[in-house]
Amino acid sequence: MVKLEASHVSKRYWLEREGNEVLALSDVSLSIEDGEFMAIVGPSGCGKTSLLNIIAGLLPYDQGSVSTDGRKVNGPGIDRAVVFQHSSLLPWRTIGGNVRYGMELQRRFDKAAMAERTDYFIKLVGLGGFEKHYPSELSGGMQQRVNLARALAADPAVLLMDEPFAALDAQTREFMQSELLKIWAKARKTVLFITHQINEAIYLADRVTVMSARPGRVKDIFSVPFGRPRSLHLKREREFLELEDAIWQLIEEESANIGVVLAPD
Amino acid sequence: MRPKKSFYQRHEALILGGGAVAITIAIWQALWSAGKISPLFLSGPSAIVKQFDYGLTKGTLLADMRYSGTNFILGFAMALVSGVAFGIIIGWYRTARLVFDPFLNALYATPRIAMIPMIIIWFGVGMWSKVFIVFISAFFPILVNTVGGVRNMDRDLLRAARAFCASDWQIFTTLALPGAVPFILTGIRQGVALGLIGVVVGEMFGGSQGVGFMVAYGGQTFATDTLFVGVIIVAFSGILFTWLAERLERRFSRWRPER
Ligand SMILES: Nc1ncnc2c1ncn2[C@@H]1O[C@H](COP(=O)(O)OP(=O)(O)OP(=O)(O)O)[C@@H](O)[C@H]1O
Ligand SMILES: [Mg+2]
Repeated sequence: MVKLEASHVSKRYWLEREGNEVLALSDVSLSIEDGEFMAIVGPSGCGKTSLLNIIAGLLPYDQGSVSTDGRKVNGPGIDRAVVFQHSSLLPWRTIGGNVRYGMELQRRFDKAAMAERTDYFIKLVGLGGFEKHYPSELSGGMQQRVNLARALAADPAVLLMDEPFAALDAQTREFMQSELLKIWAKARKTVLFITHQINEAIYLADRVTVMSARPGRVKDIFSVPFGRPRSLHLKREREFLELEDAIWQLIEEESANIGVVLAPD
Repeated sequence: MRPKKSFYQRHEALILGGGAVAITIAIWQALWSAGKISPLFLSGPSAIVKQFDYGLTKGTLLADMRYSGTNFILGFAMALVSGVAFGIIIGWYRTARLVFDPFLNALYATPRIAMIPMIIIWFGVGMWSKVFIVFISAFFPILVNTVGGVRNMDRDLLRAARAFCASDWQIFTTLALPGAVPFILTGIRQGVALGLIGVVVGEMFGGSQGVGFMVAYGGQTFATDTLFVGVIIVAFSGILFTWLAERLERRFSRWRPER
């Protein structure tokens, strides 16, 4: 069953200062199955964030349509939650208060249920005991986990994640990747996960969508053949590295088109 | 665990600052006792203390302090309530800001002291002109900081709230207001300082009561000890109120990273 569908989406930005427009997305179509983990990779500036924000209902677009469960999306909804690249936590709220925040805004759960869910999801992301801390007292990785807990606690059917681990160091990042897979295995959400890192995309996802350089188009979609649960060793296996290489070459071609040189992660 | 500090480390500011003040006063008193200071130009610590005691027991010092204190508190309370309320409206509604901006800019740029004669024409020389001067002095810093605080909303936070389907009202109460609190408290601290200046200057301009009047009168009659009592009272009120405002500021910014 198709959970999330974007069809023929185009997006232009009007540049006030230069008096012209850029085409950020051109005729992008995607369809994600219920419970599927979809990753998107593509060169910088190809419109990944724009696409995610359009799906989240946060950004208007020019052509095409977006739907969840067959219903057209026109604005943010309780069926979707976003994990932003920057943790975007309320600095004056404790961790508990931040995890509760999304639920508070959506008013779907009563007080007792909110308290229970807050507790549950803080423990799920491994932050039990930090309820009363403020975000400024947490490391970047911990803040990003709060961000994830906030999104999960709101009980969305679709989780939209925009390079959530980009700011983390390599070790924390790997740790968070395997944590995310564990959490996903329990919560079984439909996930759209944007990343710069090809091996992150392969490791996490069922399918990897590769986007072309600006204007962003869907260049190719790869199915990831590995079963689950996946261990981090997978990243060192030949089949994995071959897939990584294939995607790498595709993106490099693209980046060459716009003169961007990508450094390997 | 909190790192251990020695007695000196814990009270460094108090020991150094207090010591310096004590030494200054001691030298001053020594010069005064030796008759090296003309009472026409400067008073001495012992004379000031004596005058203070006289004012309290036989003079009108208590009544003056009560008068000035009432003017200050009334004017400041009015400035606080209206400055925060008006600041929130102007900060939140673009239209309100565009309408009021020219007036506020003009008023903000005018030194408050230039308005005093006008205020006295409106309110007379009695206490209400003083209250109004305090009000107008404290109002602007509170207003300007509140507007800044409400407008300072973090765009990432706003986007996150919108993603969770926040209504405008929810954005206002959960983002704009709490985010503005530190700014409002800064406004309060500045408002206290300017309000104190306002009450003293206001009383100097007209009337026959209050600590400001006492300072002006002391100056006109070369009663330097009376003058100093007034100045010291004003100074200590300033220190006290600023300290209170700073404590309030700290109480509400517990979430800020340690500096
Ligand atoms: N608010 C905006 N105004 C004008 N142009 C914009 C705006 N946001 C994005 N763009 C342009 O649209 C294109 C796509 O931007 P977007 O942020 O979606 O890319 P991205 O793939 O997420 O990039 P990155 O990988 O660097 O995060 C970029 O070329 C950018 O210049
Ligand atoms: Mg991006």
